[in-house]
Amino acid sequence: MSLALGTAARPRLSAGAMEALAGWALMLPATIAFLAMLLLPTLATVLLAFTDYELGAAAPAWIGLANFADMLTDRGLRTSARNTLAYVGIVAPASVLGGLGLALLVEAGARGRAFFRAVFFLPVVSLSVAMASAWQYLLHPTIGPLNAELRALGLPTPFWLSSSDTVLLSLAAIGIWENIGFTMVLFMAGLTAIPRELYAAAAVDGARGAWDRFRLVTWPLLGPTTLFVVVISLVRALRVFDTVAVLTQGGPNKASEVLLWTMYQEGFTYLRLGYSAAITLVFLVVVLALMALQTRVLDRRVHYG
Amino acid sequence: MTPRGSLLPGAIRLLVLALLGLVFLSPYLWMAAASLKPLDEIFRASLALWPENFAGVENYGKVLARVPVAQYLWNGVIVCGGILFFQLLFAVPAGYALAKLRFPGRDIAFGAVMLGLLVPPHVPALPLYVAFSEIGLLNSYAALIAPFAISVFAIFLFRQFFRALPDELLHAARLDGMGEWSIVWRVILPNAWPAATAFGIFSVVAHWNDLFWPLIVVQGHARATPALGVLQFRSEEAGDDFGAMMAAAVLMTLPLVLAFLLAQRRFVEGIATTGLKG
Repeated sequence: MSLALGTAARPRLSAGAMEALAGWALMLPATIAFLAMLLLPTLATVLLAFTDYELGAAAPAWIGLANFADMLTDRGLRTSARNTLAYVGIVAPASVLGGLGLALLVEAGARGRAFFRAVFFLPVVSLSVAMASAWQYLLHPTIGPLNAELRALGLPTPFWLSSSDTVLLSLAAIGIWENIGFTMVLFMAGLTAIPRELYAAAAVDGARGAWDRFRLVTWPLLGPTTLFVVVISLVRALRVFDTVAVLTQGGPNKASEVLLWTMYQEGFTYLRLGYSAAITLVFLVVVLALMALQTRVLDRRVHYG
Repeated sequence: MTPRGSLLPGAIRLLVLALLGLVFLSPYLWMAAASLKPLDEIFRASLALWPENFAGVENYGKVLARVPVAQYLWNGVIVCGGILFFQLLFAVPAGYALAKLRFPGRDIAFGAVMLGLLVPPHVPALPLYVAFSEIGLLNSYAALIAPFAISVFAIFLFRQFFRALPDELLHAARLDGMGEWSIVWRVILPNAWPAATAFGIFSVVAHWNDLFWPLIVVQGHARATPALGVLQFRSEEAGDDFGAMMAAAVLMTLPLVLAFLLAQRRFVEGIATTGLKG
């Protein structure tokens, strides 16, 4: 035993030890950055959520669950949660179904495939702040082209972004426009992974027409893709911030107040960091719950190899 | 008929696609049109897309004269380039170590990466803001770049990618007397381009468009990114001047959109493959 150790250590380190050293050395920069920029700040957010820390105020005090108790009675926050839920409830399903529809439609033929894929994908790579400005002009109540068109048709002309009745719907429409190209390319990747022989096999088994092919082959085989797209669409919709920050700032009358905007305002406008951290924590828990749901469903039901 | 078949006959498919495409493109068309129109024409709210009188020079001139557009774009290049540089610098070696080397603590490290994937970037923002403010680093490139220098997603992506590389490649390099560090940069990285390109596109699109973090750490024009620049021009200069505002929007949107149009396939593939986890 001691002999073996001695021979290994004297000439140089064993191959295994060398490999371990190399592994640690290569991991070191990433580990330091991970600790400094991700792990410690995230833990700090968790701790902050239980304090009354305000930037520029006296030393923070530990207040336990008081922030969370405040959230339950905070009417602004309740509005914000309700708006976020409504926004996600519109944008996520529409992005999933719309993305699937577009993917099927674009992939159904060879002509114009690359062109239309680019058209629908364009909003994904466009500067969202700039495009929000374009939407503001498009939806402007008096000089906007949309209302000009409605006026020409003799239809009512809503105050899209400046009325509390329509603001959330307008933001949701922009959100769908921004997300649908993304879900579309994910579905396209899923579609190309379906073996073509299966369609031939389905035809032999008596599948007639496009609807049968979709129902019997495409839809079941897209199962894992669909589940993934649903979850990522929910998370992306939950993160809505840019359009609200640019176009409405939560207004009018808090009708477009959403979770991240509230968190941003509490933390960086009112500098109530403790409360803002508590909101962030709720946001994180919702995201984690969605991910957990995905993993569980994936483990249980969707097994296509 | 193709095996996948079409739900609709070809002509109808193209018609539906064209109509939907027009709806999707309308914000771009009206934005570009308004950026060329004089203000009185915009306020008349006519349905004509094409301007009667061209005011492009005035509109774009106004933007260029009032806000440092070149500075915004340059800041965007520095910030996106800096972020990507550090992401690759940290993630390529880590991804290689996790994929190909055996060392104590590897499973814990990989577990940390998987956990990190679940945390949205908004979560560590508050303490990071306090830290940057304490050390006086607000309004700096460092504050814009540092929080994103580490991408657990990049580590995950490279680890998956490197696992598929043949071990013989590494054995040959080690027999040639190469150390692990030079293996990473001279053997692994040249083989990592497909993953690196995909990740690079994903990263640049995400950070070029990001508003949340720049809005938190930057004030004023000197370090404003393109997203912030549009916002500043809107609130400080444009007011109701939609022509100038649309000109600003066009100028800031154009670089990434042009890049996309030039390398369309790579963009779609890059976002689709990385999107599968991002």
